[in-house]
Amino acid sequence: MADTKPKTVGMPMLHKVIFAVMLALLCVLPFVIYPVFAMKVMCFALFAAAFNLLLGFGGLLSFGHAAYFGGASYVAAHAAKVWGLTPELAILTGTLAAAVLGFLIGSLAIRRQGIYFAMVTLAFAQMVYFFALQAEFTGGEDGIQGVPRGDFLGLISLQDNTALYFFVLAVTFGGILMLYRIVHSPFGQVLKAIRENEPRAISLGYQVNRYKLMVFTLSAAFAGLAGATKSQVFQLASLTDVHWSMSGEVVLMTLLGGMGTIFGPLVGAAVIVSLQNYLATFGAWVTIIQGVIFVLGVLLFRKGIVGVIAGWLRRPL
Amino acid sequence: MFELLNISPQVLMGQLLLGLINGSFYAVLSLGLAVIFGLLNIINFSHGAQYMMGAFVAWMLLTYVGIGYWPSLILAPLIVGAVGIVLERLALSRLYHLDHLYGLLLTFGVALIMQGLFRNYYGISGQPYNIPDALSGGQNLGFMFLPNYRAWVVVASIVVCFGTWFMIERTRLGAYLRAATENPVLVGAFGINVPRMIMLTYGFGVALAGFAGVLAAPIYSVNPNMGADLIIVVFAVVVIGGMGSILGAIVTGYGLGLIEGLTRVFYPEASSVVIFVIMAIVLMIKPEGLFGRTS
Repeated sequence: MADTKPKTVGMPMLHKVIFAVMLALLCVLPFVIYPVFAMKVMCFALFAAAFNLLLGFGGLLSFGHAAYFGGASYVAAHAAKVWGLTPELAILTGTLAAAVLGFLIGSLAIRRQGIYFAMVTLAFAQMVYFFALQAEFTGGEDGIQGVPRGDFLGLISLQDNTALYFFVLAVTFGGILMLYRIVHSPFGQVLKAIRENEPRAISLGYQVNRYKLMVFTLSAAFAGLAGATKSQVFQLASLTDVHWSMSGEVVLMTLLGGMGTIFGPLVGAAVIVSLQNYLATFGAWVTIIQGVIFVLGVLLFRKGIVGVIAGWLRRPL
Repeated sequence: MFELLNISPQVLMGQLLLGLINGSFYAVLSLGLAVIFGLLNIINFSHGAQYMMGAFVAWMLLTYVGIGYWPSLILAPLIVGAVGIVLERLALSRLYHLDHLYGLLLTFGVALIMQGLFRNYYGISGQPYNIPDALSGGQNLGFMFLPNYRAWVVVASIVVCFGTWFMIERTRLGAYLRAATENPVLVGAFGINVPRMIMLTYGFGVALAGFAGVLAAPIYSVNPNMGADLIIVVFAVVVIGGMGSILGAIVTGYGLGLIEGLTRVFYPEASSVVIFVIMAIVLMIKPEGLFGRTS
């Protein structure tokens, strides 16, 4: 673990290049493929990156991240449709709601470790699911449909897919850069210390539970940002987004791409969303294939796609 | 106030019975989880799928081979347990040296595969499974009508739970098991084949899920999703009870089933979340669970 290289300030060159290439490609993408599909991928990439902050860097496996993703999508959809908020305010409201929910659930969940932590988060997420199923404003089985796309800042109409695309690009790319910053901040370093050796971090005087709660809340907030943005893209908030299978999907994306890497969750999200898109006609086979990827990933491929590439390059990615 | 308490005994007893039935499934399933967790230190996420598989195997035995309920009650758990043993040998046993979370992820993947396969071939509408002739009908107890089959489910689950408890806490085999839970290396040094014991324990825990599935088949329709939502509630039950003790898992299972039944009488809207609320309260007051050991 001894790192003798001097610590570079700011982003390493390699990461800068990758982010720049990614941004350039994303600017061309809507003219090559269907923009709504590309927006879906970006939302899930942010969702997986938010989840990875918790699992990959905090070492905490939440099996209930659909609660924040879906919860925020309901709140944002409600804010845009019923309260008539502009898209950026609706998304902000959804994100805040997810942060509050994450804080509440997180403060209970961090009282247990490891496997119990996963079960507690899953159980609370199921509670949120039942709430969404029964509450008045969520529309039960129908969800919230026909969410208006509105005008960005009240000025720029997002009716057009291309305009919306660049709005979503700004939100998700900005979110991912913020997550990058968090991971590489002193806060992120303490998180890694806790992940590697919790008793040692405690003995060094860190308030471990406070850090855990903070990273949980942050992760929930960014998951919420992704979910809220998705509800504006699809003009819909539905039970799918709060269901446990969604929590499983984000775990799968992160595992496949490479947990604890910066770019892994983005790759994982792109692969899984594409898979669902192109295999949609095969019905239940999508679930089976996801299950197979899970099993093979755990047995043979624990580093994930980006983790393996990073191993070849001998650089963190 | 009178209005609130004006609940007929029929409704109350009916819901309590329903709660007891649900509690029976919670108890048998959380017992299986606790047995597996004790030795393997993993949470078996595919437990719900294996419960579903138990119900499906019973249905398939009846439909394709003509084997009825009673033989299925033994055969189906054996088949489900055997499939579990294959899974343990091929996959789970490769993960014991890793973080226990990988076991959770692997069994989650297995659950997805099993549910997907059954959904692919049998759809989600569900297959009917008739109550065996010997248990059809019911008893009129005066204050309520008790269907024979439901009484049987409660009795059978209690027998299985306490049989398991007796085996683990009161027999020589159970003593080996408890010793291996405490210190597998030392038990291995005494000449006991620990890997084989782990394999059989997993098979047994999974067979319990399969048994619960056969019990459930005539009550609920046999469908691929029957275990998915149930298992999440069972996870909450396990968090509430703590997996440190066998008896704790059993008591918590029945107790929460009854509480859920009572909630359905007094405040139906909350019945689907009451267990999660109790979990939140337990986490606040006694984070290690009611019967849990402090880690």
